[in-house]
Amino acid sequence: MLLCGLAVLATLGLIVYQLVLRSGLSWHAFGFKFFVGHDWDPVNEQFGAMPFIYGTLVSSLLALLIAVPLAIGVAVFTTEMCPAVLRGPLSFFVELLAAIPSVVYGLWAIFVLVPILSTYVEPFLSRTLGWTGLFVGPPYGISMLAAGIILAIMIIPIISSITREVLMVVPQHQREAALALGATRWEMIRVGVLRNARAGIMGGIILGLGRALGETMAVTMVIGNRPEIAKSLFAPGYTMASVLANEFSEATGNVYLSALIEIGLALFLVTIVVNALARLLVWTVTRGQPARAHA
Amino acid sequence: MPETAFASERQPVAPVALRRRITNHFMTGVAVLTVILVLVPLFAIFAYLVYRGVGSINWAFLTQTPKPVGEAGGGMANAIVGSGVILALASVLGVPIGVGAGIYLAEFGRNRFGDIIRFTADVLNGVPSIVIGIVAYSMVVLTQKHFSALAGGFALAIMMIPTITRTTEEMLLLVPQALREAAYGLGVPRWRTTISITLRTATSGVITGIMLAFARVAGETAPLLFTAFGNQFWNLRTDQPTAALPLQIFTYAISPYDEWHKQAWAGALVLIILIVTAVAAVRFAVRRGTFGAA
Repeated sequence: MLLCGLAVLATLGLIVYQLVLRSGLSWHAFGFKFFVGHDWDPVNEQFGAMPFIYGTLVSSLLALLIAVPLAIGVAVFTTEMCPAVLRGPLSFFVELLAAIPSVVYGLWAIFVLVPILSTYVEPFLSRTLGWTGLFVGPPYGISMLAAGIILAIMIIPIISSITREVLMVVPQHQREAALALGATRWEMIRVGVLRNARAGIMGGIILGLGRALGETMAVTMVIGNRPEIAKSLFAPGYTMASVLANEFSEATGNVYLSALIEIGLALFLVTIVVNALARLLVWTVTRGQPARAHA
Repeated sequence: MPETAFASERQPVAPVALRRRITNHFMTGVAVLTVILVLVPLFAIFAYLVYRGVGSINWAFLTQTPKPVGEAGGGMANAIVGSGVILALASVLGVPIGVGAGIYLAEFGRNRFGDIIRFTADVLNGVPSIVIGIVAYSMVVLTQKHFSALAGGFALAIMMIPTITRTTEEMLLLVPQALREAAYGLGVPRWRTTISITLRTATSGVITGIMLAFARVAGETAPLLFTAFGNQFWNLRTDQPTAALPLQIFTYAISPYDEWHKQAWAGALVLIILIVTAVAAVRFAVRRGTFGAA
């Protein structure tokens, strides 16, 4: 049994070891410049990861921007407002969203979301908000915006289920105290519940971010896969995970492969930090109890 | 009399109260709206999936291998079987380690070292699947010198372990302490108690965890891209490139051919049915089992 426990540790160790070992070549060739360089030119063996880092960050932040209000709204509704009959089915449906494989989200996004975006949403956005510079250019649908939206749909279940758990451990007497002071239901939720659950909700959001950063398939299918940095959200982009998905098995030459693995290492380190942070936040709220105990 | 006094005291507050009441109703409305906004894509995805999937699925899809581009017909039989092979390999590798680590954490891991493993498992759970694909590539594919079902199974096993570990631990902790003490009281050694009493009592819960982990990796595509790699033909050897259902869906979805798009939808429907069946079976079994309340 101890051996199995050690195996869990060893797995993480192996991941780190392999990634560091195999990315050494690229690290020696480009050093820190790798992360700030803009050129991704496999033919001349020049590699800079900036466009991918940018794409990963922007698509994930966009996803958070859309997902966070929705997920918290759903969690608040299921724990504080909804009739007891609806509670079970509602959380079941939201968790069903988490069970859909990434590739099926991608498939749906290609054939439903992208056409809707290119015919209705993007022309509308460029008419009304074009002056911001974020919504300009030809509305092809395949874009950073599409990636952000599909990511948002994918991370809503995570954020909302963690938020729900955290809301449920807020002591009942906090709610009763707020109501006793004459608060309306919303004031009770704002002062008595949400404020007490801040740290845990933050943990859920960061966990969602961790998922969004590493999400591969659905994003690869709709983001357009072009290693360029554009201000407009209608322009295609590229993320760290999708460049791995697209180019890894076709990488010729050791430096190329090593550069890709270095991107993988960077992605790994970022998600480790993000996840560790999130777990700590959630743990401080639920005090180390297994997180699914209330599900 | 007291009522009027109460009423007159309330009066000056009334305009504020109205604003607060409106805010209250407004925020309730917002919460309902968010629920609708979240459920719409869910139903849209399922409805469209069933609509396109049912239209494209047929007997040939389930029994034939892919046809070359331009030829109608063909199916994904090899991918369905390939997925089965890869998932079986993943389970053989991942389940014993995951359950073992879970037992360790629940029965012997109430200490600092246990906390370290617990935290590692949680962190491992958040590692992007594509990164796990790279690790499987550099450990298995580079050593074997070619893509294989084994490498795919290895990658998926790494993804299964943390989920199984944590759920196993939770389920074992639900077993009442008195049961263990009763066994000790009869002179049963600790390892024997763990296996025949604790684990046995928690079986349905542990199986739930395994099925959830299984459902989670069944739809994984990213770690298979450069491990199992995919294959247009039948292959049952574990050391050769093997087709997998999610991989095939991906390849067909980004292709420009209508015929392949239809196949992708049919594949997605089959995949979803497999996953939902697994999850629903788990829910059903758990409700009937010992840990209905869990």
